[in-house]
Amino acid sequence: MVENKHIFEIKDFSIYYGNFMAVKKVNLNIEAHKITAIIGPSGCGKSTLLRSLNRMNDLITSSWVDGQVLFKGIDIYQKDTDVIELRKRVGMVFQKPNPFPSSVYENVAYGPQLRGIKKKSQLDEIVENALMRADLWKEVRDKLHESGLSLSGGQMQRLCISRSLAQEPEVLLFDEPTSALDPISTANIENLLQELQKTVTIVIVTHNMQQAARVSDYTAFMYLGEMVEFGETDKLFVNPQNKLTEEYITGRFG
Amino acid sequence: MAIFDEELKALKEKVLKLGSMVEAAIRDSVNSLVERNSDLASGVIEKDHQINALEVGIDEECVRLIALRQPMARDLRFLTIAMKITTDLEQMGDLAVNIAERAIELNEEPLLKPYKNIPKMAEITQKMVRDSLDAFVRGCSTLPYEVIKRDDEVDDLTVKNFNELVALMIQDPKIVTVAVKRTYVAKYLERIADHATNIAEMVIYMYKGKIIRHVESPEEA
Repeated sequence: MVENKHIFEIKDFSIYYGNFMAVKKVNLNIEAHKITAIIGPSGCGKSTLLRSLNRMNDLITSSWVDGQVLFKGIDIYQKDTDVIELRKRVGMVFQKPNPFPSSVYENVAYGPQLRGIKKKSQLDEIVENALMRADLWKEVRDKLHESGLSLSGGQMQRLCISRSLAQEPEVLLFDEPTSALDPISTANIENLLQELQKTVTIVIVTHNMQQAARVSDYTAFMYLGEMVEFGETDKLFVNPQNKLTEEYITGRFG
Repeated sequence: MAIFDEELKALKEKVLKLGSMVEAAIRDSVNSLVERNSDLASGVIEKDHQINALEVGIDEECVRLIALRQPMARDLRFLTIAMKITTDLEQMGDLAVNIAERAIELNEEPLLKPYKNIPKMAEITQKMVRDSLDAFVRGCSTLPYEVIKRDDEVDDLTVKNFNELVALMIQDPKIVTVAVKRTYVAKYLERIADHATNIAEMVIYMYKGKIIRHVESPEEA
């Protein structure tokens, strides 16, 4: 059997908050080992859609869904889905860096420890490896036992990425990961995304169109809960097919 | 963003101004030859630096807008195409100068025979320049495709002109210098028509997002 190149297949998928339909019958395939960016104005449903990919919306009691999200061919909204396991395989990094109020080391080791890994040498290796992959190791190797909150904004965000990577995820979801960061930290994260792409699939929600253009292979444009246009990033930004997309990316919206 | 729209409009007007200056240079250079008016030819040569200065100004403005406005989609296509169109227009200006230089030389010599092919070529070529720029401003209709087609007429006239002059040169080798210069003028006009064709192709790209250069049948694009 040929392996499906789409790690996620989103089919006629709608998300509601009570009676409000935030995401409307979206169809979208996410290709493995690529970076897919979701762009659109505030309130278009892009973060809601992103959060649905590891069922973070479950935490909002009024929310419910219709349609399917297949992760490697299996619907994650089936009753018997192990949501904890899902979130391990599909990690998430948020807009504001949110390290635990503990040491750099503990931030990264926490997940593996929960999984039952207790051996110090094994945890050391996981921590070092995760920090290396997030390009943070050199900066924090001498302060592994200092508080994660003592790091700079950009370092904290890379610590959060390390924390996710320690769980060996297959997909990482990024919700505006650089909007609280300065340009240099932003460039570091963007370079990191391209590096991580070799081992994980990345979906990123961003307000920054130039960022979407710089880092992603595919871009999806959403408006009022609908998927307006999806395509290869270079095509979408040079020659969009939909008038709404054109208006949005040239800044002539509304 | 309204400011950006104003800036794009101003840029478009500058490209049009450059276009009308180049059109005048082509018209005057050919008239200086046909009417044997070397003062008109000198005027074309003297005014070329204005065309060059405007070309540089437009290029700088395009680079500035790309840097500051970070344009996307049709704005991006417009700015990159404006830079390329400007280069084509400037080169047309240089070719008009070449025509003017040959005119001054030819006006010193007795008239070999009345000019027939060259004014006809000049007329078609000027219309090609005007139509390609009209299409640039007003949008992509059938106009750029017509420009591309008319390039063949200019090519045919270049060959016709060349054959007629070669026949005369065979009869009377004393006229070779003058006759060769007349083939040059036709060749310059033919090159101008090629530049107008480039502009028409780029206008199609700008509006349709499809590159039709180097394809056999542009209508299919």
